[in-house]
Amino acid sequence: MKIATILLIAAAIAALAAGLVMPGWLTFMLTLALAKGLVVLGLLLLMRAGLVSFGQGLYYCLGAYCVGIAGDYLQTQNALLLMLLAVVACVALAAIIGLLLCRYRDIFFAMFSMAFSMILYGILVKSTAFGSTDGFNVKPPLLFGWTPGGESSPMMAYGLAVVAVTGVGIFVWNYLRSPMGYAGEAIRENEIRVEYLGVSVRKVIYIKYLLAAAMAGLGGAITALAAGHIDPEMAYWTTSGEFVFIALMGGTGHAAGPVLGSIIFELLRTYAFQISPYTWQMILGTALLAIILYLPKGVWSLVERITKRIAA
Amino acid sequence: MKLVIAMLMDGMIYASWLFLIAAGLTLIYGVMRILNMAHGSFYAIGAYAGASLVGFYLAGGYPPWGAYLVLLGAAIFSGIIIGLLVERGLLRFMYGRDEVVMILVTYAILLILEDVIKLAWGVDAYFAYQPYTLLGRTKLVGLSYANYDIALIFISASICFLLWWGLNRTRQGKLLQAVIHDRDTAAFLGINVTRMFTVTFVIGAVLGTFAGALTAPGISVMPGIGIEVIILAFAVVVIGGLGSIGGALTGALIVGLARSASVHLYPEAELFVIYGVMAVVLAFRPQGLFAIATARKI
Repeated sequence: MKIATILLIAAAIAALAAGLVMPGWLTFMLTLALAKGLVVLGLLLLMRAGLVSFGQGLYYCLGAYCVGIAGDYLQTQNALLLMLLAVVACVALAAIIGLLLCRYRDIFFAMFSMAFSMILYGILVKSTAFGSTDGFNVKPPLLFGWTPGGESSPMMAYGLAVVAVTGVGIFVWNYLRSPMGYAGEAIRENEIRVEYLGVSVRKVIYIKYLLAAAMAGLGGAITALAAGHIDPEMAYWTTSGEFVFIALMGGTGHAAGPVLGSIIFELLRTYAFQISPYTWQMILGTALLAIILYLPKGVWSLVERITKRIAA
Repeated sequence: MKLVIAMLMDGMIYASWLFLIAAGLTLIYGVMRILNMAHGSFYAIGAYAGASLVGFYLAGGYPPWGAYLVLLGAAIFSGIIIGLLVERGLLRFMYGRDEVVMILVTYAILLILEDVIKLAWGVDAYFAYQPYTLLGRTKLVGLSYANYDIALIFISASICFLLWWGLNRTRQGKLLQAVIHDRDTAAFLGINVTRMFTVTFVIGAVLGTFAGALTAPGISVMPGIGIEVIILAFAVVVIGGLGSIGGALTGALIVGLARSASVHLYPEAELFVIYGVMAVVLAFRPQGLFAIATARKI
C-alpha cells in the first residue's frame, strides 16, 4: 500500500475516534459536510474533464429519496442495503441520461444537466404521495440488526460517512492516476487530439458521468440517513450550485480538495448564518468571488504550496 | 373551443412575460458571452423598486394613472444603477475568462444581491396591485382576462420589435453586430468594445428590472422571486439558442404554450413540462433552435 493511502486510513480512524468525544452538533455538521464532499468528489471527476455539472442535485436528491421510499415501502431499514439501492438507482438513471449528456460541452452541459435536476424537482413538488414541497421523514436506519437508538444514531451516520469518504477518496485518488483519469485532463485541454490518439472521448466522459452519479447518490443517501428528513429542495438548482461552489473552493487539483472544501463550506455557512442571518449569502458570494480571483485552484493549492515549501 | 382559446391566451400571456425576462439575458450573452445568473436578481430588484415606489406614490394621494410612469421610472432608474455597478465595479475585471467561470462569477453576484435586496427592502412581502386592477377586465368568449395581462402581450411584442430594430436598423446596432461576430476585429476597426459592453450590460439589466417592475403589480413581491425566475429564463434562452433575440421569442412561445397546455390538461406536469420541452429540443438541436454554428478548434 502507498503511504498516502495508509495516512488517509489513519486519518479516517482518527476521525472515527474523534467522533466519540465530539459534541452532537459537530458530528451532525461533519456528517452532512462529508456527504456533500462525496457529491463533490464526483463533480471533481467531471470538472477535471472540463465539464461543470449544474445538476448533481439530481442524483443527490434521487439517492436520498431512494432511501426514504425504500425504507417506507420495502420494509427494510438496513443502512447498507439502502445505500446500495440508492447507488444502483442513480447509476441506472445516469446510464440513460448520460448517453444524451455526453454529447454536450461547456455551458450546454451545465444547462442541460441542470434541466434534468429541475425535472426531478418538478415531479417531486407535484407528487403528494411523497409530501410535495415538505418532503417526508426517513425511518431511522439499522446496521446489521443493530438499532442505534437515540444518542448513537447520528454516530452511525457519521461512521458511515467517514468510511464512505475514505473508500471513495482512495478510489478517486487512484483513478486520477490511471490512464482513464489522465484522459480527463487531456479532454479538457483538447478533445480532438485525444480522439486522434485513439481514445473514445465519449466513453471516457460517460464513465466519469456514471461514477459522479454513483457518488452523488451515495452522498444523498447518507444525508437522508443522517438528517432523517428529505425534501425536493435537494434537486433544486441552488443545491447543485452549492456543489460547484464547494468544488471551486476546495480545488480540483487533488482528491482531498472536495472534502476539505465541503468542511470549510459547512463551517462558513453555519457561522455566517449565526453571525448575521440576513447577510450569510452575501458572505458566501464574497468568498466565492475572492476564491475565483485570488485562489483559482482552491484552498487545496494553499496546502500544496506549504508542503512544497517544507520539502524545499 | 373555449378550452383552446383559454390555452392560447394563457400561453401568450405567459410567453410574453417569459420573453421580457429572457430578452435581457440573451442580449447580454449574445454580445458579452456571459450567461448572467444575476439576471434573476435584476428582475427581483426591479420588482421591489416598482412595488415600493408605487406604494409611496399612491400613499401620497397622487392620480392613480401616474403609477404606470412610476413603474417605468423605477425600472429604468434601478436597472441603470445596478447594471453600472455590477459591470463597472466587478465584471470588467473578469473579461476574457472562461464562460463557465463567468457563470460562477455571476452566481456569486446573485448570492450577494439576494442579501442586498433583503437588507434594502426587508423580508416582508410588498403588494402594489393597484396598477393591475386599475385597467379593469375584459370578457373574451366567456372568459375574463385582466387588461393588464393583455397589455403585457403588446408591451412584450413592442420590446421585441425595438430590439430587432435597434440591432438591425441602426448604426449602433450594426456596430454591435460587428462586436458579436468578432470582438478583436471590431476593436481593430476602431469600435469602442469596452463601451459597447457597458452599454449592452446596462440595457440588459434595464430589461431585467423592467420585467420585474411590470410583474410586480400581479404578484406579491417577496424574497426568492429572482431565484425562481432565472431558471425559467435559462430554459427559454437555451431552447431558442443562446444569444439570439428571435430564439428567445420562439423559446418563450414554446414554453408558454406548453405550460398553459399542461396547466389546462394535466396540471401535475406544470413544472415538468417546461424542462421536458427543453430536454427534447436540446436532444435534437444541441445548440438550441437558432444558435449560430461555431467552429471546433484543433
